[in-house]
Amino acid sequence: MADNPNPDIEETEAAAAPIAPVKKKGVKRRIFLVGSALLVGGGAFGLYWADSSARARAKALTTAEGEHNFLTWMKIAEDDTVTVFSPHIDMGQGTHTALGLMLADELDAAWDKVKVEQAPSDVAFSNTALVQSFLGEMSGYPGVINALPVAVIGMLTRSQKIQITGGSSAVRFTGQGGMRVVGAAVRLALIEEAASRLGVPAGELTTADSVVTHAASGRSLRYGELAAGAAERSLTRDPVLKSRKDYKLIGKPVTRLDIPAKVDGSAVYGIDFTLPDMRVATIAAAPVRGGKLESVDEAPALAMPGVEKVVTLDDAVIVVAKGYWQALKGLNALSPKFTDGGHGAMSTAAIYAAQDKLREAGKPDGEAGAGDVDAALMAAGDKTITADFRVPFLHHAMMEPFALTAHFKDGKLHLWGGLQDPIGARDRAAAAAGLEMDDVIFNPMIMGGGFGRRFPGVTEIIDQVTVLAMQVPYPVKLIWSREEEVRHGTYRAQSSARLSATLGDDGRIAAWRTDYVQGDNSESEAGFIYQVPATSRRHFGYTSNQIDGPWRSVNSTQIGFYNESFIDELADAAGEDPYQFRRKHLPEGSRHQKVLDAVAERSGWGAPLPEGAGRGIAIVESFGTIVAEVIEATVKDDGSPKVLKAWAVVDCGTTVNPINAEAQIAGGMIMGLSSAIGEAITLEKGAVVESNFNDYNLLKLVDAPPMIDVHFIESDAAMGGIGEPGVPPASAALANALFAATGKRIRALPLLTQAKA
Amino acid sequence: MAIAFTVNGKGVSVEAEADTPLLWVLREDLALTGTKFGCGIAACGACSVHVDGALTRSCSVPVSEIAGRAVTTIEGLKGADGTLHKVQQAWIDAQVPQCGYCQSGQIMAAVALIERNGTPSDAQIDEAMTNICRCGTYPRIRTAILAATGSAAAAVQGEA
Repeated sequence: MADNPNPDIEETEAAAAPIAPVKKKGVKRRIFLVGSALLVGGGAFGLYWADSSARARAKALTTAEGEHNFLTWMKIAEDDTVTVFSPHIDMGQGTHTALGLMLADELDAAWDKVKVEQAPSDVAFSNTALVQSFLGEMSGYPGVINALPVAVIGMLTRSQKIQITGGSSAVRFTGQGGMRVVGAAVRLALIEEAASRLGVPAGELTTADSVVTHAASGRSLRYGELAAGAAERSLTRDPVLKSRKDYKLIGKPVTRLDIPAKVDGSAVYGIDFTLPDMRVATIAAAPVRGGKLESVDEAPALAMPGVEKVVTLDDAVIVVAKGYWQALKGLNALSPKFTDGGHGAMSTAAIYAAQDKLREAGKPDGEAGAGDVDAALMAAGDKTITADFRVPFLHHAMMEPFALTAHFKDGKLHLWGGLQDPIGARDRAAAAAGLEMDDVIFNPMIMGGGFGRRFPGVTEIIDQVTVLAMQVPYPVKLIWSREEEVRHGTYRAQSSARLSATLGDDGRIAAWRTDYVQGDNSESEAGFIYQVPATSRRHFGYTSNQIDGPWRSVNSTQIGFYNESFIDELADAAGEDPYQFRRKHLPEGSRHQKVLDAVAERSGWGAPLPEGAGRGIAIVESFGTIVAEVIEATVKDDGSPKVLKAWAVVDCGTTVNPINAEAQIAGGMIMGLSSAIGEAITLEKGAVVESNFNDYNLLKLVDAPPMIDVHFIESDAAMGGIGEPGVPPASAALANALFAATGKRIRALPLLTQAKA
Repeated sequence: MAIAFTVNGKGVSVEAEADTPLLWVLREDLALTGTKFGCGIAACGACSVHVDGALTRSCSVPVSEIAGRAVTTIEGLKGADGTLHKVQQAWIDAQVPQCGYCQSGQIMAAVALIERNGTPSDAQIDEAMTNICRCGTYPRIRTAILAATGSAAAAVQGEA
């Protein structure tokens, strides 16, 4: 046994045992407000130096004969196969491949012998143990700690029940703080084991391709041969990580592990899962969120072929049948009566009117900023530039509709499906079932998109399928129709804002105020990157009967649109070029300025454009990543926008897998353009008007830019996220391009509504 | 009622109500879950299959209309020896899928386009590829189609 450099974390084997008492119920639903997907994501390191009982539990869950678990996160088999356990779920963002290659790089493992598997939805793989054990030692990640409000730290340290994928957190936190450290520490243990076996100093050994080599004697040992002994050794907790020049995998293009199964139909998503004797159910919830089921005559459904059962919930009716079509037809045969929960007057127009009224009353719930904005705006008088913006609710529109399978058998509830927090899902299901959390087993499956919709805190299908499964002896899969999905979303907030500013005699912005109205106080996003002497951000809290959910890039979508549209207006008022005007308000030589310069250069900013076309620029920092985008656009004969070309320049520190990073940024940009051009959830009489993809307008290939030029600036800055930051600049870049093309400002989204108006 | 047709070259007979969409017969009766449910109203294309070679949104075709016809699903695109169809291979080479849920339908649409057209132009791709992808993989879908037809390099579209 080698000397243990950190006796306080000495590894001991302990009997597999629950690592924390699991409280029954009484735990508040974790509803993700205040951009907390980001903040909680900040705690998403998972367990890496957990206590020994947790490691024993993980070992019991993941290892078979001939396999050796290290620190819960990985195992090595005697045939050299390295399996990495990802606590994050891959919903299309390439997380599994990225986490695997980060660990493999530090381990010096042969990439073709590395597999990445979904970690069990067990507390041994929760996100929180690191916060418990490492809170005081995260000096390498001051940004993370600073980004975590006290309340969130408290929540993390209290609860073992979080295993989140969100906040663009997997690679930059779990990968950087967890996977790389584990890979490096295990590599050292393998070297120590080899040194002991070969009787040579560890310093004479080298590692590559899953082999430890002693060059002087020409002897070598495979990782598989060393695994059993290495697994018994103490692991150093602060191994030296590779520097950029030594990376073998990080930053190199690696094809994604999940893609082959996604081109031949063999990938199994939650909705594809099936069991013998399984029934299929579908549901209709109260059309007005907050409404209740008043009455329903079950007979018409029960008379339909294949229908077996009708189950009523407080606010919904479920039909169970042999197959989905039969369940749907049964459901459509019913005429349930629902109340409106007192929200019958709620409408899109009423929400904007209420928001305006709230803002005009002038009593913000929160204010931040610096300098005397009041005085500056007062002094400017009618030279104050003011603009009002508004954006609608947005639907996530994940392509796989919600589907969860549940089976209550022998006192245990088993669940199968795709959710962004498997442990949170167990917690919620346990509460709905009246079970202990240990009696709920959640089997995570890949997701056909998530984008923030699949957090258990806002995912009522968990309750629905649980209540259903507790009443029937067979396994049952509950599938939401697309109509149910569109009408019962947890949408990106409908939000509005008034921005005001003044220009100084030097042509610079002298004061800037953002007054925004929505549920979340999104101070962390509302603060902007520009140097302005006096700034003020005032939040006016407003919520409708809808649940405002996290939507890809959370509040940065609307705040990015407000800020980057408004600074364009200020540039115009100052008679300056929008790129140069932004540039002079950014610190000289800053990362932001470099990103902005690069996108201007690559897009040929200032070069002549075709007749009728315009060019727009926007830059937003979100999730630790700076993204500037340029759009060239024109207006079609029917008044709708046409995107011609698109560029993005990104500084996320280090790019782990360029092939995937490029896809995430381009895809994010297209999602941003889609929302800006056509997407809106509107309310009438408290209920959602849109129903399906015929009236919720997603961008199609014909309207997407044929190609997006994505360029990364590598820097030594802390690694930023990649899944979300491509979204926020897109809407403003497009709106600014259309202003350049037409001279008409766009201050409300989506654009298609504007075109029709 | 019993309805007989061919799926991926094999004869099948299913017991289903006449109005059951082909999609649900494929998924639930024949366990061919590569064909996806997206919207149920033929708006997104996730359920695309070929019926007698013609691109068809299977969520909106009653199975009774399929009697006696030949259906090809994503599972049936591979060659008899398991070799991927050139479009599937192009999808891997261009690293198209993200969440992947819509990609069976996208691939079926692309195969139909190429079988009809040989070497589609950008404008023809615009016109034919109407399936929705929420992840925004459209630029790589275009790249893959062009690569599959020899119109462009098959390499992953990285920095341009």
